[in-house]
Amino acid sequence: MIDMRRTFRFGLLAGGAMAFLGGIGMIESFNERTLIDPILRMGDLFLYGTLFVIAYIAARGEINILEEPDYRAAETTATGAAVGFVATMVTVVYALLITAVDVVEFFPNMDEAMVESLTFEQGAPIGLALLGLASVIVGAVGGWLVSTADGLKQSISKVVGWVLGFALLEVVVTDIVESRDVSRLIYSPNGGLRLWSVAVIAVLVVYLSRRYSGRLTSFAAEVSNADSKSRLRRGVIAFLVFAAIVLPMLLGGILNELMINVSLFVLMGLGLNIVVGLAGLLDLGYVAFFAVGAYGTAVLTSPLSPTFSPQLNWWVALPIVFVLAAIAGLLVGTPVIRMRGDYLAIVTLGFGEIVRILLLSDWLTPLFGGSQGIRRIPGVDVPFLGEVGGTRPEFFVYLTLIFVLIAGYISYRAQNSRIGRAWAAMREDEDVAEAIGISTVSAKLLAFVTGAIIASFAGALFSAKVGAVFTNSFDVLVSIIILVVVIVGGMGSISGVIVGAFVLIGVLGGPKSPGLLAEFAEFKLLFYGAILVFMMLKRPEGLLPSVRRSRELHQDEMSQDAWLEKGGDFTADDAEGATT
Amino acid sequence: MPLLEITGLKKAFGGVQALGGVDFHINENEIVSVIGPNGAGKTSFFNVISGLFAPDEGSIVFDGDSLANHAPNEITRRGIARTFQNVRLFPNLTVLENVMVGQHCRTHAGMWSTILQTAGQRAEEQLIEDKAKDVLSFFGSRLAGYRYDQPAFVLSYANRRRLEIARAMATEPKLLLLDEPTAGMNPRETAELTELIGDLRDKKGFTVVVISHEMKVVEQISDKVVVLDHGVKIAEGDYDDVSTNEDVIEAYLGRPAERDE
Amino acid sequence: MDRVFRVCCPAVVAETSTQNARTRRFRFNWVDSFLWFIRISAIIAIVVGLTGTIQNFLDGQGPTVEQWRDLFVSSISTGAMYGLVALGYSMVYGVLGFINFAHGEVFMSGIMVGWIAAMLLFENGLWDANPFISLAIVLLVAMFTSTLIAVLTEKIAYRPLRGSPRLIPLITSIGVSFFLQYAFAGLFGVGLQTYPAPPGILSEDINVFGVPIEGTKLLVIAVAILAMVALWYFVTKTKTGRAMRAVAEDKEIAGLMGINVDRTIVTTFAVGGAMAGVGGLLWALLFRNVQFITGFLPGIKAFTAAVLGGIGNLPGAMLGGVFLGLFEGMGPLLVLDGLGIPAVSQLKDAVAFSALILVLIFRPTGLLGERLGSEDRA
Repeated sequence: MIDMRRTFRFGLLAGGAMAFLGGIGMIESFNERTLIDPILRMGDLFLYGTLFVIAYIAARGEINILEEPDYRAAETTATGAAVGFVATMVTVVYALLITAVDVVEFFPNMDEAMVESLTFEQGAPIGLALLGLASVIVGAVGGWLVSTADGLKQSISKVVGWVLGFALLEVVVTDIVESRDVSRLIYSPNGGLRLWSVAVIAVLVVYLSRRYSGRLTSFAAEVSNADSKSRLRRGVIAFLVFAAIVLPMLLGGILNELMINVSLFVLMGLGLNIVVGLAGLLDLGYVAFFAVGAYGTAVLTSPLSPTFSPQLNWWVALPIVFVLAAIAGLLVGTPVIRMRGDYLAIVTLGFGEIVRILLLSDWLTPLFGGSQGIRRIPGVDVPFLGEVGGTRPEFFVYLTLIFVLIAGYISYRAQNSRIGRAWAAMREDEDVAEAIGISTVSAKLLAFVTGAIIASFAGALFSAKVGAVFTNSFDVLVSIIILVVVIVGGMGSISGVIVGAFVLIGVLGGPKSPGLLAEFAEFKLLFYGAILVFMMLKRPEGLLPSVRRSRELHQDEMSQDAWLEKGGDFTADDAEGATT
Repeated sequence: MPLLEITGLKKAFGGVQALGGVDFHINENEIVSVIGPNGAGKTSFFNVISGLFAPDEGSIVFDGDSLANHAPNEITRRGIARTFQNVRLFPNLTVLENVMVGQHCRTHAGMWSTILQTAGQRAEEQLIEDKAKDVLSFFGSRLAGYRYDQPAFVLSYANRRRLEIARAMATEPKLLLLDEPTAGMNPRETAELTELIGDLRDKKGFTVVVISHEMKVVEQISDKVVVLDHGVKIAEGDYDDVSTNEDVIEAYLGRPAERDE
Repeated sequence: MDRVFRVCCPAVVAETSTQNARTRRFRFNWVDSFLWFIRISAIIAIVVGLTGTIQNFLDGQGPTVEQWRDLFVSSISTGAMYGLVALGYSMVYGVLGFINFAHGEVFMSGIMVGWIAAMLLFENGLWDANPFISLAIVLLVAMFTSTLIAVLTEKIAYRPLRGSPRLIPLITSIGVSFFLQYAFAGLFGVGLQTYPAPPGILSEDINVFGVPIEGTKLLVIAVAILAMVALWYFVTKTKTGRAMRAVAEDKEIAGLMGINVDRTIVTTFAVGGAMAGVGGLLWALLFRNVQFITGFLPGIKAFTAAVLGGIGNLPGAMLGGVFLGLFEGMGPLLVLDGLGIPAVSQLKDAVAFSALILVLIFRPTGLLGERLGSEDRA
């Protein structure tokens, strides 16, 4: 039997979500982008995608394995359709209300244009009917999918995934293909995939996945199970390094620009990962060290630095910047050393803000230029290439990759060493760590200083790339976004940080720079927030977790297993005791 | 000369006198048991020696040096290691890592040598691992083999106690402070551990102070027994002397005889 | 971390609390030396700055007596608002042991929705005709919104995380904070919304014991005191309040004593939200405008106020708010100006954060001392 009240609640939820997405103007603004030429726009994708997911979840709750499969399918489909229907009702009432009552004064997005965007640009009667029809169908499909066979479900999700991937990443594909003619074959001139390329992708995906899926999954399993020193693992790493070397040559200017941005966040993520992930010190003012790196470089290299302007070469300035960052790390680290976790968070946040406010203030304007910032920072002198700055992203990207490699190597070495173990111990139980001979003072300071130096790498690169520094590149938001990168990727995990930066900064966009989905600009922080909450609720260890962290977060489940195992443990002990 | 000599040790928490002027000494290669009813100040005594609490008054001289005003990690470096009454391991580190961490204060590799992976650093890492395995082998097969890579929290209670002792041993101390090492163990495990405590001195050459509530254990291992009550030492001597001492009997029977958990 | 252990061995709870009562002795090492250096230089800077300002004042430069008085009053009224928001932080921290970063957004939501009410009242002419009834309506709307948002976030985001490592809910609350900020940015637009001008009576000065004080500020202080008294009564005298304190002390035991822990926690969030709503009205009276990021900085400052007063300590939160208001309102002119620093008002926020850092260095448990449950002192 279908639980009517539950279904109704899910319907209300779906309708509410759809109304919300409309109300914040997301549908309207996303609809400007076409994904599949005549039939699918991005706003519609999000609108019905939300409904689809909710219908799917609602229908999944209706599965009763005791029932006949056919009946089950009918039931889940009906549930999905019902959710879609209720959602439509909510949306229709909402649309009619907006048309009737003028609320634009308070909610600027809730206007006729929004209603149009919800109703396939058809307006009240026809559009609302279309909306209802589409919702019921999407809901029903979502419900139906719950009870389909796994193989079919997988094929469908793969096809949908690849098609959407191609559609959303149009910029990347056209950029890599380079030839206009080829990309015209795939994409329509209005933007979006052509219908027939959708068909080709679908057929290819189904064919290839049927053919190779078994091999792929077993290979992936082999890689993930492989010992860190094994040949296979090294081979994969070598391949990734090779890809990193070749990729920038294939990419055009815009994508290389994006790669640089992502790499800078990977760098900062790796640094923060040492502080938060390894040593367990929640630092919310990490951007301060990035600022030290950037402003340090600016003052030392730019001819326009207001008072003190030695105009050093970037490479000469670099070690000085490291020293400055290390000192900053000590200055921030020392006062907070005796504070417990969450006080540390708020105090470091305060430090970050103090640094920004001071940089901006009239008081220090003679040194740092205040709101004018410091301009004309030269690029990096590279042998044979001359000065490499932001205008030559295809070269600059290698520079950032080199520093990413260095930072990754430092993290890797530190993690699996005496120092890394001391950090892990301190993160687990500070008092005990101290009692068994770890100096928590030096361990914490070491973490702060290492993190600070890595952030100053990023800062130095950033100022050379942009050619100017302004305080608004260094507000709290940046600290928090780096933290999100680390958390989404997986605290304590190097590969996690890299993946996190690609997914968040690369796709959604960084605090000031657009990602691949430039449409997200207005809404990316909304997504950041939602992703953060979702990750914490569903997968707190991150996308690519470190072993220790995931143990920590799933201790309950694991120790239950251990408890079950303990029967075996005792008998082993008994046997041993009997023989001795 | 005694290895550890404590005179007039006082410590109060708010108005409660946890230690009211305790004198204590232990010679090298001795096993001394500290007993006393609940709340007698035994654990506070350990906490003060190991530097978790600062003493209000009194002197602690270890191996000829004063331990006053040193941080716990410094005290551990000088050669005093301890276990905790309620077993405080690093639950998410593996068994082997828990012991390897114990080597921290005996090793030196810094950030630079770690990053540059110098020969010395690699040799040291290897040494840490070998030593950790060596320490774990003290407990036979219980913490060896497949156990090395298990996180500590999956261990059984008795194994956690053993691992904690192993971690303390790994700091290469002269003096081991064991806080109720047999608590929560079944009689067979207790007997086994009692024997091991003897081995700690006989085979490994540690000097050991044990807090215990189990008189059988105390009787078997102790060279000397010290009895605390209300933060004051009320008796000292070998087991037979102490167990017949009037004050001790009164201290235990003067209140309901309940076992510490 | 040691939940597993706690099951095996109840002694853990007792021991950790004694462990944390440990006193750090004076040890001469360079961390302490550095902290002493900070303490001493802070004191020297403050003394030199104060002398400089007094010197200026005697020379007839800088603000006049009346200006100082107005500054003092407006600092206190801003501080009272911080204090009300701080209560929410303090209560949640006391009960659940994490910083609810989203509380600033709870505060902002009250101001934002209150703005709609104010505009509607204004358009209907009620705002000018019946100013106090209008303000009461706006207050109710703001309190209702903030309470609703606080309770919803608890239900959706925090409840499933009960018992996870302590940084997890903190990070979640950062996510919630962002989500709420940008949801409001989407709904209300990113521009600055302005409340209608407060009714005429409030902009006049009112004599209190011969000292003229601007009506708005007087109202703000009065409302804050009333709210605080009501909260104090609620927490100490009612059954729910007792349950809240019991849950703050020890959730498990409170549950065993027949207290519905979930409901008590929701109540805590609701009361904190309501106080933030009152704070929202005060913000509207003082500053009149609101934007989606309005909650962020005041939120952090309110948390600072909670720490200043001693987290978990309700009178402390209020006192901390007033102190923070004074620090950031008067500190720049009183100290920094005397040091000869130009354009000191730009450094207001920096002064607020420095105050936090200095308080934690001088007196880590806050002015009135912390009141936390046994688990959260670690």
